[in-house]
Amino acid sequence: MSTAVAENVVTIPEAPIRTPRKRWTRFILPVFTIAMILYLAFPVIVMIVYSFNIIPNTGESERQTTEFHCCTVVHWQEIFKVPELNHALAVSLLVAFPAALLATGLGTFVGLVLGRYGFRGRGLTNFVIFLAIAVPEIVLGSSLLALFVQLGSSKPLGFYIPLGYWSIFVSHIAFSVAFVAITVRARVQGLDATLENAAQDLFASPRVTFFKVTLPLILPGIVAGFLLALVLSLDDFVITNFVNGSTNTFPTWVFGATRLGMPPQVNVWGTVLFLAGVLIAGLQILRARGVED
Amino acid sequence: MGQAPAEVQGHIPEGMELPPARKGERALARRRQTAAYLQLAPGGIYMLLGFVLPLIIIVYTSLSTSGLFSTGGKSVFSWEWSNYTTALSTYGDIYIRSILYAGIATTICIGLAYPMAYWIAFYGGRWKSTLFMLILVPFFVSFVIRTVQWNFILGTNGLLFGPLKSLGLVQQDFTVLRTPVAVIAGITYNFMPFAALPLYVSLERIDRRLVEAAKDLYASKAIAFRRVVVPLSFPGIFAAIILTFVPATGDYVNSVVLGGPRTTMIGQVIQDYFLSRHEYPVAAALSVILMAGMLVIALIYARVLGTEDSTLAAATA
Repeated sequence: MSTAVAENVVTIPEAPIRTPRKRWTRFILPVFTIAMILYLAFPVIVMIVYSFNIIPNTGESERQTTEFHCCTVVHWQEIFKVPELNHALAVSLLVAFPAALLATGLGTFVGLVLGRYGFRGRGLTNFVIFLAIAVPEIVLGSSLLALFVQLGSSKPLGFYIPLGYWSIFVSHIAFSVAFVAITVRARVQGLDATLENAAQDLFASPRVTFFKVTLPLILPGIVAGFLLALVLSLDDFVITNFVNGSTNTFPTWVFGATRLGMPPQVNVWGTVLFLAGVLIAGLQILRARGVED
Repeated sequence: MGQAPAEVQGHIPEGMELPPARKGERALARRRQTAAYLQLAPGGIYMLLGFVLPLIIIVYTSLSTSGLFSTGGKSVFSWEWSNYTTALSTYGDIYIRSILYAGIATTICIGLAYPMAYWIAFYGGRWKSTLFMLILVPFFVSFVIRTVQWNFILGTNGLLFGPLKSLGLVQQDFTVLRTPVAVIAGITYNFMPFAALPLYVSLERIDRRLVEAAKDLYASKAIAFRRVVVPLSFPGIFAAIILTFVPATGDYVNSVVLGGPRTTMIGQVIQDYFLSRHEYPVAAALSVILMAGMLVIALIYARVLGTEDSTLAAATA
């Protein structure tokens, strides 16, 4: 049937086939994008390559040099050679993990509440979170310093937080909570409410509903929030530099070391942290793909 | 945090029919409110103490008389507006310079990130997310280390100019370090993801059928881009401007590591006043002025996009 009909309509002139004009301009954007990717990666590549640089022995302690002599793994073997750097790294990790965990605990509930309840003060809470992200770091850092110094000088609460580990810890939680809350809130808002209703229809108590339905569904948001808090804490320089007193974290130590010249171990540790970040991000993406499939 | 179970009791899914009379419903509504506040309390109180209180204290400090912290004495609040006039009259030009540098860097960031984000979002195909990850991956390296590497690359005989000089392409005494160019380049580099992310997200969200419809209606590729794609990506452009400009204005790592005495930005001055000079009231005033300026911008932004959308964009960045 259909072929017969088709044969009757042969007179239709052939439609002009739209062939994309093959001009050289079509290469502009892809080439530009690749160039941008290389530009953005350039300092990282330099960092990784120079972690294998042979540094001529001048008798003084090793500093990164411009001349590149390939190649040595000695800096990787002597990764713990600089005691101050080790100490700074230890402080960074000892701040980041507990601070991220606590911030996740506090922020998750804020995110949950904002995502699902209407309550008086909701707008205000959203505004405070917005502020926490919109205020420049330098302002927050200086404000936190003012708070700690004020607590120390007039002791209105009878106690004070000395500048050092604890002030860094408290500050890192302060700026991470908002980021965790937003990440969790986004997840909660994307949640299908009918799933919870279904659980309750099937006689699940609110507690069971929370642990068996809600929590597993928002868990990716909580994990993402935790990782975000961890990265923010490990990478923070500006706020830490205000409240650290004489305690150094990894970024503040590197910053101080630039004046004298950088030991090659900084490149090694930079590479290690970079690879750890890439690994975690990769796993997150794979897991997200797995969930979708 | 382990307080979950008790507080979830009050949560009843929306739209669920409840048999009891109105009185019971009202009690339930009250329980829901209580549950909300109980869950909010720990994080909310922490944010009030760790974030809102410091901001109040810095405003308070900015209106106090000098000698406040350094002497260890009690704060002398005295509506000392002169801190502000001192700050503005002494460092007005540095505020302007910071805004200028941040403005130029923001413009370049968006100029570079937009075509890239556009190509990936529209023509990236199945490589879309991989390509975009490649853009973000370098930023897993600590901010300070990235900047230090640029210092190393741009150095007088560094990786970039060393070879050019030995080839005789660049004069021997040529240097970029310690000039505004280096600072702006550093800021541009470091804040690129803050521009690229919202741009990519907004471009990726655009319905391709709208572009096709424009072409069906005889719009050329260029016109379809200008009249359909660009307007639809405005929220992304706007978010990119704010997310880049605000932190860039307050930045001081780039101007310290890559700049010189003539490229001082306001962040450096604030840091210097707080940590070296210990002149807290003027330092606080400098900080409050910066905060006020940035808040005005952020509020315009929130007005346009709404706080929820805008904070989400910030979070993904």
